[in-house]
Amino acid sequence: MPQQRFKKVTPEDLVAEVLMLKHENYRLIQICATRLPGGYELTYSFGLEQDVTHLRLTIDENDEVLSISNIYAPSFLYENEIADLFGVKIKFISLDYQGNLYRTSRKTPFK
Amino acid sequence: MSTRSIVPFGPQHPVLPEPIHLDLVLEDEKVVEAIPSIGFVHRGLEKLVEKKDFNDYVYVAERICGICSFMHGMGYCEAVERIMEVEVPERAVWLRSIWCELSRIHSHLLWLGLLADALGFESLFMHTWRMREKILDMFEYSTGGRVIFSVNKIGGVRRDMDSAMLDDFLRILDGMSAELKELTDTFLGDKAVAGRLSGVGFLTKEQAHDLGAVGPFMRSSGILRDTRTTGYGAYRHIDFEPIVSTAGDSYARTDVRIREIFQSIGLIRQFAAKIPEGDINVTVKGFPQGEHFMRVEQPRGEAVYYVKANGTKFLDRVRVRTPTFANLPAMLETLKGCQLADVPVLILTIDPCISCTER
Amino acid sequence: MAKTELAKSPWLLHYDGSSCNGCDIEVLACLTPVYDVERLGVINTGNPKHADILLITGGVNSQNEPVVRQIYEQMPHPKVVCAVGICACNGGIFKECYNILGGVDKVLPVDVYVPGCAARPEAIIDGVVKALAILREKQQALGKEETAKEAASDATAAV
Repeated sequence: MPQQRFKKVTPEDLVAEVLMLKHENYRLIQICATRLPGGYELTYSFGLEQDVTHLRLTIDENDEVLSISNIYAPSFLYENEIADLFGVKIKFISLDYQGNLYRTSRKTPFK
Repeated sequence: MSTRSIVPFGPQHPVLPEPIHLDLVLEDEKVVEAIPSIGFVHRGLEKLVEKKDFNDYVYVAERICGICSFMHGMGYCEAVERIMEVEVPERAVWLRSIWCELSRIHSHLLWLGLLADALGFESLFMHTWRMREKILDMFEYSTGGRVIFSVNKIGGVRRDMDSAMLDDFLRILDGMSAELKELTDTFLGDKAVAGRLSGVGFLTKEQAHDLGAVGPFMRSSGILRDTRTTGYGAYRHIDFEPIVSTAGDSYARTDVRIREIFQSIGLIRQFAAKIPEGDINVTVKGFPQGEHFMRVEQPRGEAVYYVKANGTKFLDRVRVRTPTFANLPAMLETLKGCQLADVPVLILTIDPCISCTER
Repeated sequence: MAKTELAKSPWLLHYDGSSCNGCDIEVLACLTPVYDVERLGVINTGNPKHADILLITGGVNSQNEPVVRQIYEQMPHPKVVCAVGICACNGGIFKECYNILGGVDKVLPVDVYVPGCAARPEAIIDGVVKALAILREKQQALGKEETAKEAASDATAAV
């Protein structure tokens, strides 16, 4: 049976942790944001064969997170989605839509 | 150096039943880059969890997409069932797997038809969709719906298929097989079709891995991975080996999906032979608390359902990562270097489902 | 003659507002064997300028609103809009979503409402038949208008 493992990380360690997974040949499965009171919980899921590792970080409402799109290219879509729908500030996305990936009538509806 | 120009593609386009927009950067007729812009069918249904309770949300989940409807409903239900530690009756698990494989056949036939249409092969399109109607008839017979069935509920399924019905289905599938063979041989053997597909839109194994591709799109680039081997559903009780090809071009994607159709017929035959007797659902009491990531292999590839519950009847969060969302970056890669005239067919070869992608 | 016979072979344009795809594939199913509306002279086109009837599925959101309007404006007169499925009628299950303005009638004048989730092919065909009757009426009204105009310009010329 495939394993699912959660690992708590801090925003400062995120890029280093992601680089390590990249080095071990993990693939990016998804990035998910969940609203918490006063902040957000971000879950980055990576897969190796059928096993999954979730990196989880909790941030405050105004904290900035670094993009991982220079390590995992496809992350730009997830990061733009999270920036558009949740209003999480993500820096240095390789292709930053500046809030225009989803042109919703109500900005950051999940905020 | 030739000058560069930008050609907008979509959102309304004759070959796409669904809207997506691409800005194609061209050098003469050659595409050098493609930048997607999505959101034309974004509804925001993930936020409906705040208004519909976790039982009612099943109806929303199966309307994420009308093609993969059954599996969306199932993926959501299984995630909630795992949080609540519900023991779903074995028979319900098997029935779900049968509907899953029927859905896969229907979805792949639908795609083959759209592909034929994009190639300008009208009669092939019509014949493929004529075959697909037989699968829809089975859906209607067993669930009452052609497209959206609402047979899933948390704790099992609402309808049973008795042995007479299953025998009927197997007989219809047997009858279809010969005709399907003739049809799919046209896709794989016809020179005009091969001319449009062979050697076009390459995706290497490394690219497929790095860009996070999933499903038949990924498997036709030589990566052997299928979420059905992770132990959900009834797949662990039968013989199942994922289908893979190493060529990595549009022809390989067609080939893999066609082989998957015949494989699914085989799987249904195995399910029907071994399905256990028993109840088809259990009553679920209480409210979920906790979280779960559930993965399901849809016709287009791996889908991820994340459910977070707080012990009340309203969930904190439902998030769906659909296969087309994961396939978009790799699709953009296959477009680089192709001719403008090939763009519609190449977009189709990933089997895009935009309403899944944007939710 | 062309003025009245057009309604015998209407061309359809299909656009997916923000539907779940269910109604869209049923619209396509109408065009393929088993239901086959082409036998009635109906043809599916991808070009708004060729179309007489607009079949639109799903609700409208702020991003596709200009697209929907533009498609409608590109269609020649007379034209009929047919909202297919409950989402196109009033927003359906997605009515309460933050990104749904509501049914298609929020932005376009809708002539025919086809219910269902997903709308069944029989219902869609029925909707198209109703749309044909409206198309014919609109054609006649347009014809009368033109005759009146011609008569008026003839009268001016005579003076």
